[in-house]
Amino acid sequence: MSQSTGQLVGKIVLITGAGRGIGRACAQLCAEQGAHVLVNTRTQDTADAAALEIRTAIPHARVDGIAFDVGDTAAVKSAFQAIHRNYKRLDVLVNNAGILRDALVGMVSESLFDEVMRTNFGGTFYCAQMAARLMARQSSGSIINLSSIIGRYGNSGQAVYGASKAAVLGLTYSLAKELGPNNIRVNAIAPGFIETDMTASLPEAKRDDIMRGVRMNRIGKASDVAGAVLFLSSDYSAYVTGQVIGVDGGMII
Amino acid sequence: MLQDRLIKAFSEGLEISKDLVTDELSFQGIQEWDSVGHMTLIASLESEFDIMFDTDDVIDLSSVAVAKKILEKYGVGPF
Repeated sequence: MSQSTGQLVGKIVLITGAGRGIGRACAQLCAEQGAHVLVNTRTQDTADAAALEIRTAIPHARVDGIAFDVGDTAAVKSAFQAIHRNYKRLDVLVNNAGILRDALVGMVSESLFDEVMRTNFGGTFYCAQMAARLMARQSSGSIINLSSIIGRYGNSGQAVYGASKAAVLGLTYSLAKELGPNNIRVNAIAPGFIETDMTASLPEAKRDDIMRGVRMNRIGKASDVAGAVLFLSSDYSAYVTGQVIGVDGGMII
Repeated sequence: MLQDRLIKAFSEGLEISKDLVTDELSFQGIQEWDSVGHMTLIASLESEFDIMFDTDDVIDLSSVAVAKKILEKYGVGPF
């Protein structure tokens, strides 16, 4: 694909938590499709390294690293001010950054609760808030929030994680209603069992148990989620807002 | 002139006549400047002056007179 073709040519796309896993796959696919991608991680070194790797793999790609912690509201504000200063617009925000901290409900500490909610929900909220401000100026934009199948249906040992991802869905529905008049679309993706660093550490028995519920009989790939992100980033979803796309191989039907 | 640009930003952001844009014009003082209109106004001001307000300033911007003071914090002005 050349620099002037693709579904996202001319679009500025910010992807949080894009150093690896789902975020990284999204960054790569968006870059392939002609977007100018801003790869976010917590440190500038890792953001720049991820950007460089994508540029190396895709010679025409326009990819920059941008470091900030989505759970740090001051850092989020500064980052979006920098985006305004340097790029003047933002077309797509992919709220992907998140953490997984499992604990049975009786073992949930205040610090675990705060950390998960601050990153998974707070980070999504504050990035969406700032993105909406930039997108309102251009009367267009797409905000894509990464929820989880756990946020829709729950799971033992994941009360806080599930609650944080359910909160993301509530945020998605409300923002879709509020920002629709500004031509800003807000949708969510709820991945199922996806092969990432977060799921690789699961015990084999647990993996087998989960796999029994996957109708398509294979674990999902980060690129499967990236495909849904591409759809919601592109003009092919121009009339789609307030929706949740399950990318779960038929775990829930 | 800055004053003209300010009036233009308010007029376009709130979709009102430029004649209505005086220092006394305030949030919820007219039908058009409600909470939804406020966010459109903020976008209009930010675009006109190429700035990005802090969220606290978005909340505090309650009149044309206050807007002038806030804009001066961002190097726009004095009016």
